[in-house]
Amino acid sequence: MTAASLLEVTDLRTTFHTPRGDVTAVDGVSLTLRAGETLGVVGESGSGKSVLGRSLMGLIGQGPTTTISGRVTLAGHDVHALPARERRRLWGPTVAMVFQDPMTSLNPVKKIGTHLVEALRLHLRLDRKAARERSVDLLRQVGIPEPARRLDQYPHELSGGMRQRVVIAMALACDPKLLIADEPTTALDVTVQKQILDLLARLARERQMAIILVSHDLGAVAGRTDRVAVMYAGRVVETSRTLEVFTRPIHPYSEALLASIPRLDAAPHTRLRTIEGRPPDLVSPPPGCRFAPRCTRAEDVCRTEAPRLRGPRPAAPRHTAACHLPPAATAHEED
Amino acid sequence: MTDSSPLRGTPLTRGQMTRRGLGRLALGAALIAAVLTVVEGVLGPLAFLAGLVLVCTGAGRLLWAWRRSKVDLLSWLALAWVVGLGVVALLAPWLPLPEGRNATVALSEPIYLEPLKFSDHPLGTNGAGLDMLSRAVFGARASLIISLTAIVIGVVVGGLIGVVAGYVRKGTDRGIGIVTNAFLAVPPLILLVALAAILDPTMRNIALALSVLTIPSMVRVARANAIAFAQREFVLAARAIGASRARVMLRELVPNVALPLMSMAMVSISALIVAESSLSFLGLGIPQPEPTWGNMISEAQSGTTMYDHPFIVIVPGVFLFLTVFSFNLLGEEAQRRWDPRSVKL
Repeated sequence: MTAASLLEVTDLRTTFHTPRGDVTAVDGVSLTLRAGETLGVVGESGSGKSVLGRSLMGLIGQGPTTTISGRVTLAGHDVHALPARERRRLWGPTVAMVFQDPMTSLNPVKKIGTHLVEALRLHLRLDRKAARERSVDLLRQVGIPEPARRLDQYPHELSGGMRQRVVIAMALACDPKLLIADEPTTALDVTVQKQILDLLARLARERQMAIILVSHDLGAVAGRTDRVAVMYAGRVVETSRTLEVFTRPIHPYSEALLASIPRLDAAPHTRLRTIEGRPPDLVSPPPGCRFAPRCTRAEDVCRTEAPRLRGPRPAAPRHTAACHLPPAATAHEED
Repeated sequence: MTDSSPLRGTPLTRGQMTRRGLGRLALGAALIAAVLTVVEGVLGPLAFLAGLVLVCTGAGRLLWAWRRSKVDLLSWLALAWVVGLGVVALLAPWLPLPEGRNATVALSEPIYLEPLKFSDHPLGTNGAGLDMLSRAVFGARASLIISLTAIVIGVVVGGLIGVVAGYVRKGTDRGIGIVTNAFLAVPPLILLVALAAILDPTMRNIALALSVLTIPSMVRVARANAIAFAQREFVLAARAIGASRARVMLRELVPNVALPLMSMAMVSISALIVAESSLSFLGLGIPQPEPTWGNMISEAQSGTTMYDHPFIVIVPGVFLFLTVFSFNLLGEEAQRRWDPRSVKL
């Protein structure tokens, strides 16, 4: 672990105690992120991506219905050991979040300007005029035309894409070192999705800001993040540099995810490949590998013993996957 | 030009609408004039009411014909009454009204003078020769000040408690819930009588007592709305940029909860006006020489006054009726516009 790492997560486990039983939404996730690095977290619905994002920030904290174990070190602070007041001080200047649905993440009765100015005055102690000027500047940075006029508009007067830009501007207000974007484009049109993702990538580059981009869309992550972590049923099943996951997936789940992306060059009327079955119920996850019930390669060992993350390809030691039977061990090896 | 008219389905031209509207207006005006000058006895009030309805609907039609869109005349009239009464009540001490409070000044005035007889006292005088119009206006002053103070206290205190309960939840919510339910379980009039027994009947104390009645229901409305809004993402977004609990409640929740509270307040005002009048009627409100609608009505209790001079009851009764009716109408209108269910993002 280098001194330059901004975020260090060790064996993070977030468990919700529900009437049906304990649900471990994030189960033993470890990852590190250096300053300015971008990480994509990919997985289908219910794989624990959002809970991971919120646990990293400490937005989900220890409580009567929630247990968190493991360690999250953010810019040198142990997030979950900090008292609530100290933790709040991190939110904004150190870590900020962009939410999924810009329709609901802006307060309908507050003007755009109020949203931004409040964040600025709260953390940077700017006076009203300076905060307003900076707000205009922020809106310009996220590509909103006529920023001065937008300040006096209400959220409902803006389109979905514009609103998401405002949400991003709010998150950027205090120059966070880490931005967690929780499915920032799910609620938007496809064309707008691309704009927002490109905007996030540009901001990360310009500001040397680390980003964790949570998405269920592999395409959103491709080419925009340095690394990718694929999540399944609360666990990271594969992590590597983005390119490697896309070109040489190890875990059968990543492979299946890639195979189920619709392709332009496929012959017409080709059936879109899907992954059979459903993700496991997290109240009683299967023993062993959690993907085993849906896996085409599964053998007996997969059903009894949980695999650990390891790097089966000597050529890329940081490309790790949690699979007992990586392609190297089967007939697929090409190197 | 044929537009669909307020009459079900029948296409009427603008001219036809105008003529019909004018017809009703004239008929209604004639009826009212007749009541005021000629007709006596039981028929009087009935004919007066019929005239009013005719004038109202006639004016509505005329407005429709001219503006080419339906106008909710009744709501506007209600608003006019409330605003008018408010202004008059506010300016009461400076208006050239005959004596309505000090019986010694009114010694030379006639007693039980009938209203609407084009005398110096447009609404007549009471048993002490005091002017009924003046008393009704000063009564409005007492009623409005008391109920508005009570409602403001209720909305502010109840709203804040409700938002805290709805956002903090857990033990705080449970504790507040028990107290509000306890208050809601006590019959309001009995609670008021009990409070009146221990408090001096000053305006401030009555307003405080009435606010005790409104706080529990305000707490409930505020709590329910706060719970709903607390789950929205903008609250999470506010927390994620480091807003404290107090800040989330004041800046994110309160502005959203305010609208439903306002419409609730509009409806509650009328209940408070009635409650205040009931207290005065029972002799537990503002004491006598100072007029309120309630104690004006109670003046008719002695002997056969109510049979001999029914207007003693009718004048304050009409003021009370119109005010409560107007506030209810406005409250309904407010609820329609501000109901959280119809709020679009």
